[in-house]
Amino acid sequence: MKPYRRKQYWNEPTMSLWEKAYLPEIVRGLAITSWVFLRNMGRWMSFRKGALTTYYPEETRFDYAPRNRGKHILTQRPDGRPQCIACNMCATVCPAKVIEIEAAFDPDDPAHPKYPSRFEIDYSRCIFCGLCVEACPEDAIRMVKEVPDLPSHDREHMWLSLDELLNWNPQSDVAKPYPPKGGATTVRRTA
Amino acid sequence: MMQDLVVDLVFIGYALAVLLLFGTVLTWVERKQAAVMSDRIGANRAYVRIPFTQVKLVWWGLFHGLADGLKMMLKEDFRPNAYDRFAYAIAPWVVFTPVLLVFSVIPFGGTLVPGKLAPALAGWFGDRAYPMQIARIDAGLLVVFAFGGLTIIGAMLAGWSSYNKFSLLGALRAGSQMISYELIMGLTVLGLILIYGTVDLNAMVQQQSGVVLGFLPAWGFFLQPFAATLFLTAAIAENKRIPFDLPEAESELIAGYFTEYSAMKMGLFMFAEFIEIAIIAALFTTLFLGGYNLPFMNDDGFVLPGGHAVPLGHTVVVVLQLVVFLVKVLIMSSFQILVRWTLPRFRWDQLLGFAWRFMFPLALINVAVTAVVVWALQNR
Repeated sequence: MKPYRRKQYWNEPTMSLWEKAYLPEIVRGLAITSWVFLRNMGRWMSFRKGALTTYYPEETRFDYAPRNRGKHILTQRPDGRPQCIACNMCATVCPAKVIEIEAAFDPDDPAHPKYPSRFEIDYSRCIFCGLCVEACPEDAIRMVKEVPDLPSHDREHMWLSLDELLNWNPQSDVAKPYPPKGGATTVRRTA
Repeated sequence: MMQDLVVDLVFIGYALAVLLLFGTVLTWVERKQAAVMSDRIGANRAYVRIPFTQVKLVWWGLFHGLADGLKMMLKEDFRPNAYDRFAYAIAPWVVFTPVLLVFSVIPFGGTLVPGKLAPALAGWFGDRAYPMQIARIDAGLLVVFAFGGLTIIGAMLAGWSSYNKFSLLGALRAGSQMISYELIMGLTVLGLILIYGTVDLNAMVQQQSGVVLGFLPAWGFFLQPFAATLFLTAAIAENKRIPFDLPEAESELIAGYFTEYSAMKMGLFMFAEFIEIAIIAALFTTLFLGGYNLPFMNDDGFVLPGGHAVPLGHTVVVVLQLVVFLVKVLIMSSFQILVRWTLPRFRWDQLLGFAWRFMFPLALINVAVTAVVVWALQNR
């Protein structure tokens, strides 16, 4: 039987004599970690934050990427009512089946007689794919970079209701203002 | 004598309190230090609520150790089907008890004269003096090694009685590793014994309050720097912590020799490990870092290198010595945790090779050189 010979690789790591001596490298590693420890402790002791992570539920990150799809919002008409017409297309296309819509009749707005009386999203199952945004014919649902306040002890609290979806400060989202600029495209029929 | 009994009970209570406190707090220190070292925040959620109020004491998560202990107590004590009932039950205690017993010979303060502390005590105690140490015996270092060696038996018992391949492998590894490194620990301390001419830990500490070379404190660390490094390495290996945690290597052996243990039985193994951190720190402090004394300090005050003496009151000295000992132990524990979160784990053959081919010859050379130097100095 042939004696076992270790295979040699073309990118075999090589160590210098200094590194083979082992002890200097150990000391160097300890110096690095203790330096990081002392630096961070110095920050904590001087009432600054010595960590890159956050206290999650209390403190959320402010530096989400602009293209982050963190949560849904419902756009509003100028009078503050949802722009949604309860067509159920988002709920149909949703692969995780997390959107629940109950439609209702609004006799006061003949242009949009159908509106959602209940619009809820189950964030415990949402996969944040954004298909609902693409499916919406009315530009009523969008995704923003912020994340919802999700942590809770049970799944019932992971539903976002119509109020929370509408309550997002519409002025801050200037990507697609409503009403759209360049002439009225919505046809308002009078009763 | 009644007075001796009272003082000894106070010492025992103090030592137990310190050890158990270190055991619980070090679990938190370990997590928190690891977090700070890696730019994280770390354990900070567990709190104690003052009853009948909404005041929650968080204290940077200091109570996580308590929460862990409570969890261990309340968990199901699951036991494997086939095992040696007696050995299985006794193994955690065989690991845990000797660790506590080692502290009985470690001096945690200088000489206490209760009569000088308060006038009220003077009448009862007279001028009795007590070295602050539970067992005042002159074979201190031998007792340390005797009890330190006992923990191997606990690990082996746990592994054999669990009836589990991984436990058995872990126990075998623990046995060979701990015996190898025990030897190196003994050899490194031999140099110190040659220099001090005693194995009494209290006498060793008192000899370290002098001066060498005119300006350095006569700490064991400055007399025997190689021995100090080797001792600390061997002691970490003895405690089976990373980088020497082969007996419980998670990626290879699940949890090693305590795989089959659960609830507080497993907690005892962990607790013993954390107390042993404090014990090793205390031993290292006593042998190499001047024990409970600050540099140039003895039971009467400071004697600075120039021969200038600064006398201190007895109460001040006692309090200072207790605090200095605890601070030194905490710093050394923190250093061990630093090592644990810096270095990766050895391979098994490297581990034993490191012990027998690298550290063993170095320790032998150290002892030989020390013996020659001590002999030369004595026969000048």
